[in-house]
Amino acid sequence: MGVEKILFYLFAAIMLASATAVITVRNPVRAALFLVLTFFASAAIWLLLEAEFLAVALVLVYVGAVMVLFLFVVMMLDVNLARLREGFARYLPIGVLIALLMITVLVMIVGPEQFGLAKFAEPLRHDADYSNTRELGLILYTVYVYPFEIAAVILLVAIVAAIALTLRRRPYTKYQNPDEQISVKRDDRIRLVDVPTEQRK
Amino acid sequence: MHFDLNQLSLALPEILLLSMACVVLIADLFVTERSRGATYILAQITLVAVFLMVLATAIDKPQLAFSHTFIRDGLGDLLKLFVLGIGFMVFLYSKDYLKSRDVCFGEFHVLALFGILGMMILISANNLLTIYLGLELLSLCLYAMVALQRDSILASESAIKYFILGAIASGMLLYGMSMIYGMTGSLDLTVINQNVVQHKTDMVLIFGLVFVMVGVAFKLGAVPFHMWVPDVYQGSPTAVTLFLGTAPKIAAFAMLMRLLVYGLMGLYAEWRDILIVLAVASMAIGNIVAISQTNIKRMLAYSTISHVGFLILGVLSGTAAGFASAMFYTLTYAVMALGAFGMIILLSRFGYEAEHIDSFKGLNQRSSWFAFVMLVLMFSLAGVPPFIGFWAKLNVLMALVSVNLTWLAIVAVVFSIIGAFYYLRIIKLMYFDTAQDSQSLECHTGMRVAMSLNGLAILLLGFKPDLLLALCLQVVPG
Repeated sequence: MGVEKILFYLFAAIMLASATAVITVRNPVRAALFLVLTFFASAAIWLLLEAEFLAVALVLVYVGAVMVLFLFVVMMLDVNLARLREGFARYLPIGVLIALLMITVLVMIVGPEQFGLAKFAEPLRHDADYSNTRELGLILYTVYVYPFEIAAVILLVAIVAAIALTLRRRPYTKYQNPDEQISVKRDDRIRLVDVPTEQRK
Repeated sequence: MHFDLNQLSLALPEILLLSMACVVLIADLFVTERSRGATYILAQITLVAVFLMVLATAIDKPQLAFSHTFIRDGLGDLLKLFVLGIGFMVFLYSKDYLKSRDVCFGEFHVLALFGILGMMILISANNLLTIYLGLELLSLCLYAMVALQRDSILASESAIKYFILGAIASGMLLYGMSMIYGMTGSLDLTVINQNVVQHKTDMVLIFGLVFVMVGVAFKLGAVPFHMWVPDVYQGSPTAVTLFLGTAPKIAAFAMLMRLLVYGLMGLYAEWRDILIVLAVASMAIGNIVAISQTNIKRMLAYSTISHVGFLILGVLSGTAAGFASAMFYTLTYAVMALGAFGMIILLSRFGYEAEHIDSFKGLNQRSSWFAFVMLVLMFSLAGVPPFIGFWAKLNVLMALVSVNLTWLAIVAVVFSIIGAFYYLRIIKLMYFDTAQDSQSLECHTGMRVAMSLNGLAILLLGFKPDLLLALCLQVVPG
């Protein structure tokens, strides 16, 4: 238990520190990299909860794919930092007020009094041969098949919506048509002109 | 952990709708710009087929499927039939509007079909997870539809507002759901309803309830979570406003019923007080602010807010009669709003949007029949007898009085009278002012027939309100 506790606090501390860094560092690229670190730390905490599959998926999907894509976007966009910080001082009091309110509520609600060991017994630890992936696989297509299918439809709608909102058909854009390119014949490109020879005078 | 294939038959309407929506999505790729009508016809066939499918597979007793994440019952079936019928009318009304404006025609229909699927999922949800996913599916379609008019700054602005506020509301809802899950140990609404009683005094559960209700109030557009409603209604293309302001209200009502009545009835005393605040604030803000609006879409948006207040009143009475009256109110409101927004489309033409209330000036001289239809709509929305809107209001008030909330009924009546002003103003403009616009109305015959039917339905239902009310009473939980 001792090691686990130390690990938990270590990763929790890393997570909190990097999450704070995400919103405080000036450089957006660094902020994105700190977000990667936050995801890593939360993946480690999921490992402690015996949710290996989710931890691996978090690293693969978020760190590997989403954040890399995000980094590209951040690098391509010209983000005006000065404008982002405008009004920071003006909104600070109300921001602090809301933050304090939220923290109070959170401590009241999810503190040890409500969810402590006295109210909820510690869940049983599984054996070494327990596979989180197998358990997920068993229920994903049986118990949760309906929500799973809906989630798939949501992703489809997201694709349709994204394309509908961003794809613009520009009739004047010049583009290559590979289909025509490969089916081109010699006669389409070369025209043999019969030039009448003239008599040298 | 086996999967019984027979339960699929309960969800046949949803399966059919999903398959057909995918077919429409693909078919739209291959139709040329000139034969755009094919997408429209296919979408309409889909709705009719799903409507018939709901009727054909209807069952007497509520039945659960997919490990209790899905419930098929009379309440769901009746709401689904209305959603599908309203979807059909929306497509009919918006066909010409979309064709003549720079709005993606195929995408509108595809997204609307997926949105209707989201509503159907939401209506028959019996699990917090399904409620959330259905809601997200519906919202995602709506966000995109609001932004479909891509070159309009107003539309983009309202889409961004709607999206950000909607995302926050979804977050709140999810947070509340997680607390309810933490306390009751289940996502299943039936199980939650059983477990909720023993945790009644728990602080966490009350907080969860509050967060969930914030989410629901946002989706309904109840004050103080109404800020998005006027901007989104005004900013979106009228065809989208038409869709947004009618069918999703039915889905939001279903969500309110499923969460509070099916899931958290044990906390009735707690949520009743919250609902009272929401209802009174909605009726007050909605009716008073609507008076000063000159944009008809904005005015109708505030009118929606006030009607949502009335709908909430029916639910908070906590009796079967109250739920039935709220359901009756929602269904009739959706039909009335359909007519009112449809009328804006009818008066608009290419290059001219009838958004200002002055567009209704002297409508009687231009077309006395449609002026009469609008008169019926406005009287009904204001709650003047014998139109259907009057019976809807009366039933809600009777339900309130029967549970000794007479003061609330009086407040509701006072605000309704204040609200009557802005509906009557439209009637005054139509009949007593001279027309600024002398052009005759441009619209196809189908639209004229549908609009007339819509007005007549409100008129005739007003003479026979018992039919629909009896249906509502039959399906609500006791």
